[in-house]
Amino acid sequence: MAAISLTGLTKVYPGDVTALDALDLEIRDGEFFALLGPSGCGKTTLLRTIAGLESATGGTVAIGEREVTALPPGRRDVAMVFQDYALFPHMTVRDNIGYPLKIRKTPAARRSAKAAEVAAELGLADYLARRPGQLSGGQQQRVALARAMACHPSVFLFDEPLSNLDARLRLEARTFLKRLQRELGVTTVFVTHDQAEALALADRIAVLEAGRIRQLGTPTEIYRRPANTFVASFIGSTPMNLLPGTVRGAWIRVGDALLPGPIGTDAAAALPDGAEVVYGIRPEYLRYTAQHAADVPGALPGRVTVIENLGSTQLLTLDPVAGGPPLQVTVPEDLPVTVGEPGYALPRPERVLIYRDGNLL
Amino acid sequence: MPSTSPGGDAAGLGRLRAALFTAPALLLIVAFLLFPALWTLYLGVTDYRLTGLAAADPSTVGLDNFERALNEDRFTDSLWLTVQFVIGSAVLGQALLGFTIAWLLRERTGVLRRLVEALVLLAWILPSSVVAFLWIALLDRDDGTLNALLGTPGTAWLLEHPMASIIVFNIWRGTAFSMMLYAAALGNVPPSQLETARLAGASTWQQLRDVVLPRIKGHVLTNLLLISLWTFNDFTPFLLTGGGPDNRTEIMPVLLYRTALHGGELGYGAALSVLMLLANLVIALVYVRLLRSRTKEPAA
Amino acid sequence: MNESVTRALTTIARYTALSLLLAFFTLPLLWLAFAPFDRTPTIAASLPRFTLDNFRQLLENPQALRSLRNSALLAAGTGALVVVFSALAAYALSRVRLPGRDALLYVLLLLSSIVTGTAAMVPLFNLAFELGLIDEQLGVILVLGGGLLPSAVFILKDFMDGTPRSYEESARVFGASPLQIVRHVVVPLVRPGLATIAVWSVAQVWGNFLIPFLLLRSPEKSPAAVVMYTFYTEGGQPDLALIATFSLLYSLPVVLMFLFVSSRYGFRFHGGIKS
Repeated sequence: MAAISLTGLTKVYPGDVTALDALDLEIRDGEFFALLGPSGCGKTTLLRTIAGLESATGGTVAIGEREVTALPPGRRDVAMVFQDYALFPHMTVRDNIGYPLKIRKTPAARRSAKAAEVAAELGLADYLARRPGQLSGGQQQRVALARAMACHPSVFLFDEPLSNLDARLRLEARTFLKRLQRELGVTTVFVTHDQAEALALADRIAVLEAGRIRQLGTPTEIYRRPANTFVASFIGSTPMNLLPGTVRGAWIRVGDALLPGPIGTDAAAALPDGAEVVYGIRPEYLRYTAQHAADVPGALPGRVTVIENLGSTQLLTLDPVAGGPPLQVTVPEDLPVTVGEPGYALPRPERVLIYRDGNLL
Repeated sequence: MPSTSPGGDAAGLGRLRAALFTAPALLLIVAFLLFPALWTLYLGVTDYRLTGLAAADPSTVGLDNFERALNEDRFTDSLWLTVQFVIGSAVLGQALLGFTIAWLLRERTGVLRRLVEALVLLAWILPSSVVAFLWIALLDRDDGTLNALLGTPGTAWLLEHPMASIIVFNIWRGTAFSMMLYAAALGNVPPSQLETARLAGASTWQQLRDVVLPRIKGHVLTNLLLISLWTFNDFTPFLLTGGGPDNRTEIMPVLLYRTALHGGELGYGAALSVLMLLANLVIALVYVRLLRSRTKEPAA
Repeated sequence: MNESVTRALTTIARYTALSLLLAFFTLPLLWLAFAPFDRTPTIAASLPRFTLDNFRQLLENPQALRSLRNSALLAAGTGALVVVFSALAAYALSRVRLPGRDALLYVLLLLSSIVTGTAAMVPLFNLAFELGLIDEQLGVILVLGGGLLPSAVFILKDFMDGTPRSYEESARVFGASPLQIVRHVVVPLVRPGLATIAVWSVAQVWGNFLIPFLLLRSPEKSPAAVVMYTFYTEGGQPDLALIATFSLLYSLPVVLMFLFVSSRYGFRFHGGIKS
């Protein structure tokens, strides 16, 4: 088990495509760590550079006490689970799990015993003689995990570990994965583009964009206080409303309406009147009401244009009366609403975030 | 992202090992393919002979060999025979027959399809010496099965109609490739497009012209290119007619063989090789041109 | 015209066409099917008066059996050479980006379809002569191998390009060396491609007449293709029983091999020919 530290890590592909831009990152020993971001943000390149499948063009990678920047993948003491699991189709489950040991010249008998032992831990004991093609997606994933565990590496690297499973199985596998990581206590880095997966699994998350870390923190920190509008719009199952506004004392003017400024920080209040900001509020923290006294501030008037039933809640899309971008409001599933009705969105002040020049104040 | 990651050297081979892996194949190709091709160019301008004085010490004769070839009726006749052979047996014969079979069998499964395919393929995979004799027997003057069937005893097909014989022979021999290629191509025509045409009331001919041909144009050209080149260089007719009678089936490969290795005129033979390579190049360029102009057309 | 009449006519036309096709492709083969078992085979295809004597006689003909052995030697040698060399080259070319790789492959492919055999007859003969490879089976193997390799590399590269890289990367993270990766992972994955190439090159060599005809002098080294040709061209009355049985015996291996591979893997070039 080991910590991972990356210093000034840079990866430039031929043709001057910068995938990683002087990246510094410390991943703690035993941590379950997520690299999160949209396609092309560099998260997979980062994982592959830690594995040694890509060589860094600058900076260093250290695993535990060892600097491994120049070492080939096989000597870094890491194990990787690929998105498509990469189980060898021509080998049985037993041979697949035993493969890392075969490379280390472990005698066949010990290899077989070890494979059986790890398979049993993951509930695969009955499938040892099968080939990957005869297994379900969830079983294949566990074989891939077993193969990674068989050689007791000091770091696990997972590339989109859940993306090849169907929706229901994915939730099951997520819980399984989290428990497994907790029990093994091995430092684990995984890549995902699914913010819900990152929030659910990780101890800490690094949100990446264009080869840089845009925010590093626990799931709670990242969900509650996205450091910039990029992270704000990326995190959350329904994206945060980001409305252009101007400062008006303790209030923010959005369209014609005055909305409450944030509570618990005076950063916004310190801005001069008329300063342009972005008013951030998640749909979950907006309250919806059909009636509101016209002269009381704190509510944004609009008209309901779309209603989406999400099961336990409904998601309303509200076109502001004063024009501007539509905003979304989450309401209980039993609230009677009809398309076309006028209504008001009221922010919860303690959940309001103010961004200036893209960054959180 | 893994799929777009440049390099793609998944096994960590590196340039040096990659070069080592490629070396044996490349070495053989250079020695026994590239080098002979270049040597042909050199030999073509010498008076090199298999035996005699010029064998030990060939001298350069410049473009004399080429001049001689172009002035000699035997060469121009041979070139013309080759063109007939290629157009008759490959472009018209194999390609059309191959397409017809693929079209007739396209929606069929079961015994009939397998039988037809197996026989056509059999004609393709049997050794050339064997099929050559089968055809000699079939076309035999006295006892040949064909004469017995047609009631034309005493017709010496290989002597009286030598070019037609080797053309039909080569159609029989090589149709399999076109059939397989067109069958694959037709499998790629979305049934929904054919159904749309049929719903609009198009006849079979209109379906072929408006839906099928535009879709498989690329396959048609690729197929024509390959079978034209193969047929142009095919030596098998030699096994049937030996180039005769009276040089009436002396296509280029046969002329080359007779000149260089029977006649011993290696230098002149090499010049013929060069001319043959040029003819091949022209064929290839024409098709590549057609393929290009196809891709330039606005996508339908 | 009535709709159902049209349809009936179409069907009749289609079956007539198919019958004619069947006849065209069957006719020349009849002799091969009947004559070997005929007590007194003639040049005409006719139902045999059944006997296996012809085969017994063939087994006593040393030249015939020796030529089949020679063919097998040439085919196996060339096949092994082509499979091993093309697999290594195709793998390297598929995985490592060498400049001008695709253009090079196309040029070689075109060159091989042009040069192989006839057009380069003279220099091939010369080259073999200079290298002392005239009348050597090794010479035939090398020349045929050189001619088959470009297409083999081209077809195999297509197979290799089609295998996911994560297999090799996975093995690599576990510490496997490049050669181990090729042995443990790549070869098993592209086995159908290797089989296709093996069958294809063996069949090419098995049926090839020109190159051994050109490079081999002594009858003891000649393969079946050349010996078969001498059976029906060299003076005197051709021994039809010998020709018939020999033809059948000589054809059988390629047919069996073809059937085996097409039933096992499906004989296809895996998109090697694209529009």
